Amino acid sequence: MMSKTSKLLVYALLLAGAAVFILPFAWMVITALKPVDQALTQPGAWLPRKFEAQVGGHFKEVRTSGVITEPSLWIRQAGARNPVVVREATVWDGAWNPAAGASVPIEVIKRVPASSGQPWVEISSLDGSATDIIRASEMRTHVSFRWENFPRAIASMRHFWRYLANTLLLCVLNVCGTVLSSAMVAYGFSRLEWRGREGLFGLLLVTMMIPFPVVMVPLYSLFRSLGMVGTLQPLWIGSFFANAFNVFILRQFFRTIPKDLSEAARIDGCGEFRIFWQIILPLCTPALIVVGLFTFLGAWNDYLGPLIYLTDERDFTLALGLDAMKSSESGATEWPYLMAASTLVILPVVALFFFAQRKFVEGIALTGIKG
Amino acid sequence: MTSGERRRSLVGLAFVSPWLLGFLVFTAYPVCASLYYSFCDYDVLSRPVWVGLLNYQDMVSDSVFWLSVRNTLLFNLIALPLGLASALTLALLLNQPVKMRGTFRAIYYLPSLVPAVAGAMVWLWILNARLGLLNQVLVGIGFSNPPQWLVDPAWTKPSLALVSLWGCGNTVVIYLAALQGVPQSLIEASMIDGASPFRRLVHVTLPAISPVIYFNLLIGIIGGLQVFTSAFIMMGGAGPERSVLFYAIYIYQNAFEYRHMGYASAMAWVLCMLILVLTLLASQISKRFVHYQGE
Repeated sequence: MMSKTSKLLVYALLLAGAAVFILPFAWMVITALKPVDQALTQPGAWLPRKFEAQVGGHFKEVRTSGVITEPSLWIRQAGARNPVVVREATVWDGAWNPAAGASVPIEVIKRVPASSGQPWVEISSLDGSATDIIRASEMRTHVSFRWENFPRAIASMRHFWRYLANTLLLCVLNVCGTVLSSAMVAYGFSRLEWRGREGLFGLLLVTMMIPFPVVMVPLYSLFRSLGMVGTLQPLWIGSFFANAFNVFILRQFFRTIPKDLSEAARIDGCGEFRIFWQIILPLCTPALIVVGLFTFLGAWNDYLGPLIYLTDERDFTLALGLDAMKSSESGATEWPYLMAASTLVILPVVALFFFAQRKFVEGIALTGIKG
Repeated sequence: MTSGERRRSLVGLAFVSPWLLGFLVFTAYPVCASLYYSFCDYDVLSRPVWVGLLNYQDMVSDSVFWLSVRNTLLFNLIALPLGLASALTLALLLNQPVKMRGTFRAIYYLPSLVPAVAGAMVWLWILNARLGLLNQVLVGIGFSNPPQWLVDPAWTKPSLALVSLWGCGNTVVIYLAALQGVPQSLIEASMIDGASPFRRLVHVTLPAISPVIYFNLLIGIIGGLQVFTSAFIMMGGAGPERSVLFYAIYIYQNAFEYRHMGYASAMAWVLCMLILVLTLLASQISKRFVHYQGE
């Protein structure tokens, strides 16, 4: 059996691996709860903080924009509106040499005798109207989560609720369509004996091998000629015509149910559809749930489909909306809002997973081993 | 055919009719049309015009096409072995008698469920050259000049391989299920024979799960050649110096950005052939390494 050391090693590796797999989630959520400026100025800070400085006797929240750790001057250039911080060594004779050559006359507002032992902080009021430089020790700080980033992320995605409604609609339609049609087809391929069955099933297996890009263009032009491009229809109609992979999984499951059950029902005069609907389907609920779960996730996560078929920003799904949110922010990305929106898109998936964890694992094993 | 047989055939066909109909409309017709378009000049707006082998000839002389082939193969050369080996390692670790196996499995598996777009956003942020967590850590432990992950063309493919590695939990679960199916009698026999844990791994465990390794390899090749989403979202298409212009991305661009639908279809057929060849190659090689129980 395992020695103590190798057991320890196994746990150490497993924990290290787990930490690496969890870290992106943690970093996403932590960033989502940070003020926008802190994500940019103190990217390495682990927790979001609230900074408060004494203004006229009581503490008020401020934004910090930089830490000064060497002797500096807070100066205003002639003609410039906002004061800047420069190193003391770059100023002489009442002038500052910003670039090589031209020296600019300045007015010194404050001397900052900072050192790495006693840093000073550049602060501004929340609306950005007033700035000041104070000793870091004069500031009060405590951990504070910006929950309001979430409503702001929703607002900055503009049509968030529409995207959510579209995505949920697609999920429901795809799940219903796939589960019903695939179960019916799987029944035909497993519980009924008829000529040509094996041949057609072989054909079904072959279709699984066709890469999507092969059918991508004709499908697009087909849906276009039907006037469906720019609507949600191309994203769910296909699901009502059974998915080969799911048919395969369900067929494997259906075959495990004893034949006698169907025979007994047939002798009692039960029609084939009733046997399927009232006897076999209820027995196969676990497999149907697995298929439903993966279909839901597939629809929730789909990117390429909506990218191809949806043209109007108002019809987007959450996946496209999130992508558009990133693209629309030219230049400085407001990472906390983007992470808040990503958290919202991931959250239902995580919730679903914890709700139905065993189903997932069973499903994966089913598709992997038997496939 | 007796009337009973005919009736049974009709009932059977009725049950599989949704698939049969869908097959005709959403598979058979598109496959044929795609093959036809691949010999045409086609922009969706007007009728396709027959141009013979022109699209295929263009491909040979299109340097961007070859770049996309190169990018795709290079990326898979990094991502595929890395993903398969990491997943197998994690599964072997999880297969040890450890406590909280379910929790670990859940942690490894969860990222593979994350929507590609959301995952891409998170990794964009982590891999950000100046503000990203990864480079903050690297600078913190003494690398003064960490890689410009998503900016430097030399690092874009490894970056995306890292992102795909995060989603390997799916494969871990498949391996783990296979490992748990290895007959205990085999393990015990090798223990009695005094095999070391390493020899047991190489000579008993790995051969026993070789069909599943082979399955994952095939799925990996087929999926890897079609890699699209994370690169497309994170790099906005082709990436710096077109370093992540993958095959599927170039097909997409030809089809929906340049409206060269005929060329895109021709490329798709070449992809199909490539997958077929690689799959056959893998199945030939696998005959030497894959052991099916009961043979």
